[in-house]
Amino acid sequence: MTDAVDSAYTEKPQSPWTGVWRQFRHHTGAMTGAVILLLLVVAVLAGPWIWRIDPAFIEPKALDMMRSRNLGPSLAHPLGTDQLGRDTLARMLAGGRVSLSVGLVAMSLSIFIGTTMGVLAGFVRWLDGPIMRLTDLFLALPLLPLLLVMVMLFRDSLAGLFGTELGTFLLIVGAIGMTSWMQAARIVRGEVLALKDREFVLAARSIGTPTHRIVFSHILPNILSPVMVAATLGFAAAIITESALSFLGLGFPPDFPTWGRLLFEGVEYMQIYPNRVLFPGLAISLTVLSINYIGDGLRDALDPRLRHR
Amino acid sequence: MLTYAIRRLLLAIPTLLLISLVIFLMVDLAPGSPMSEIPRSIPPDVRLKMIEALGADQPVTVRYLLWLKQFFLVEPAYMIDGWLGTELAGDAQRILSWQSRAPVFDVIGQRVVQTMTVIGAGYLIAIAIALPIGIYSAYRQYSWFDQIGTFVAMIGYSVPTFFTGVLLIVIFSVNLGWFPSYYDTSLRVTDFGSFMRQVYQMVLPVTVLALFHSAEISRYMRSSMLENLNQDYVRTARAKGTLESRVVLKHALRNSLIPVVTVMALGMPAIFGGSIIVEQVFKVNGIGAALIGAIIASDLPMVQTLTFIFAVLIVFFNLVADLLYGILDPRIRYD
Repeated sequence: MTDAVDSAYTEKPQSPWTGVWRQFRHHTGAMTGAVILLLLVVAVLAGPWIWRIDPAFIEPKALDMMRSRNLGPSLAHPLGTDQLGRDTLARMLAGGRVSLSVGLVAMSLSIFIGTTMGVLAGFVRWLDGPIMRLTDLFLALPLLPLLLVMVMLFRDSLAGLFGTELGTFLLIVGAIGMTSWMQAARIVRGEVLALKDREFVLAARSIGTPTHRIVFSHILPNILSPVMVAATLGFAAAIITESALSFLGLGFPPDFPTWGRLLFEGVEYMQIYPNRVLFPGLAISLTVLSINYIGDGLRDALDPRLRHR
Repeated sequence: MLTYAIRRLLLAIPTLLLISLVIFLMVDLAPGSPMSEIPRSIPPDVRLKMIEALGADQPVTVRYLLWLKQFFLVEPAYMIDGWLGTELAGDAQRILSWQSRAPVFDVIGQRVVQTMTVIGAGYLIAIAIALPIGIYSAYRQYSWFDQIGTFVAMIGYSVPTFFTGVLLIVIFSVNLGWFPSYYDTSLRVTDFGSFMRQVYQMVLPVTVLALFHSAEISRYMRSSMLENLNQDYVRTARAKGTLESRVVLKHALRNSLIPVVTVMALGMPAIFGGSIIVEQVFKVNGIGAALIGAIIASDLPMVQTLTFIFAVLIVFFNLVADLLYGILDPRIRYD
């Protein structure tokens, strides 16, 4: 008896995210994108456990190596092999891990910097001017040339400090993160300026809530929506930037596959083996397309004016 | 308006100076400079002479100021001399490339023609395609044309240019053999045959650029047009019996073009940045290729100058976009 009453009274209030999810589910493009992205992530994460060929494996005997080069798709190698006889599927899976994690980490860094800058500019009056000038300055920088220069100049010294792979990873992630935070900072600043004079923030302030508590428990949760959209689009942009750097030969080192790097290596052979450029190119395009569609759907779902249609 | 323009112009100067300082310092203080790449087997006194010959033994401040002077005073003087045959520059030291020992601006002058031809054609075609698509998509919102347009634009926007370029090469030059896969910079247009060859080799790079940029511009055009088609003045125009084509193509279009024009101006520097990739794909010997070559050869003066030119373009076109907005939209008053 009491159980029934309890459950009647304590029925869970609907979380605002339920509405967002309901709206998101009706966006066909976004749902398709989410499913494809999920499949890609699962494939890239779990793939190497199932497809157990080492992506760096080259037949040790010269004759075997010659025989295993440049094979077309077959049962043993579903996507064929490359000019050294390495399995393309294994390299695609390994490359996807790197490409996706570069995108994810670079995006997190840029959102972190952007949110911090935006909150500081919105909340601390004397910092507003300088931070916004800094944002304008960064927006006026030619980013792709600068990224290329940064990679070129710091690659060796960072590789010396952390080892080739980790060094390049940190460099690329850091470079992308540090040159892509401006949009997020502008959005967050605008939202913070609009929020900080609202009644609930004033109420919190009047009962003596310290500023950092106001920021973390009142401001940040309320600017989550635009930040999430910015993060989605930033994720796609970071993947493209990393691929572009790798494609220009200024990304990861040769024996370290990423989708961009595989595409770059494939270009040399595309006249004879077009598959070599198609697979990595399709993987990048499909990922970015899915993420952009998810961003589109999120923007619609998170916009309260569009909800409950 | 004029005072606003002058104020913006004056404000651009410190911005550019700051950017030039950032670029110069970053390139200069980085650990991987060419000074460290002189082989150890070279005796110390020779090494010293090499560094001296490059002018790299001076302190950073001296080199920065010298570079600024060369960029803003000496090089324009040489340019004016070249046009008018005057002797303004005398024999002042120009910015020299460490790679070729040729003046950096001469190299850029030779290269920029290729970039402008390909990029300019790409952007013009992108605009020519994007505007009608954007207008019609907005006019028939949610029609199948609009749906397909949205989908294609999403693809054009998401698929990176280095993949579209490679894909087009595989399809149209490897499999079908219609167009050459690379851009022959040494081709001189002298007669009809060479003109056609020039057109043929421009088709693929221009298509890549047009696809990418028209995706973006057509979306802007569509949303701007949608906003205006729902305005009262459009209803008024229709109510008084104005021809539908006149309502859409004159009343609504004129007002919708205002933000689109500024977006196009803002997009200009991004095109130059994006040209780096397209030039690499199609082996166009333009300024993007020059930048990549200079970066790989650690040619610091070339890298600094080119990067700074990209920055100047961005600042300049931001200014142009702001001024255009004020000129085109009489509701906006800056004074």
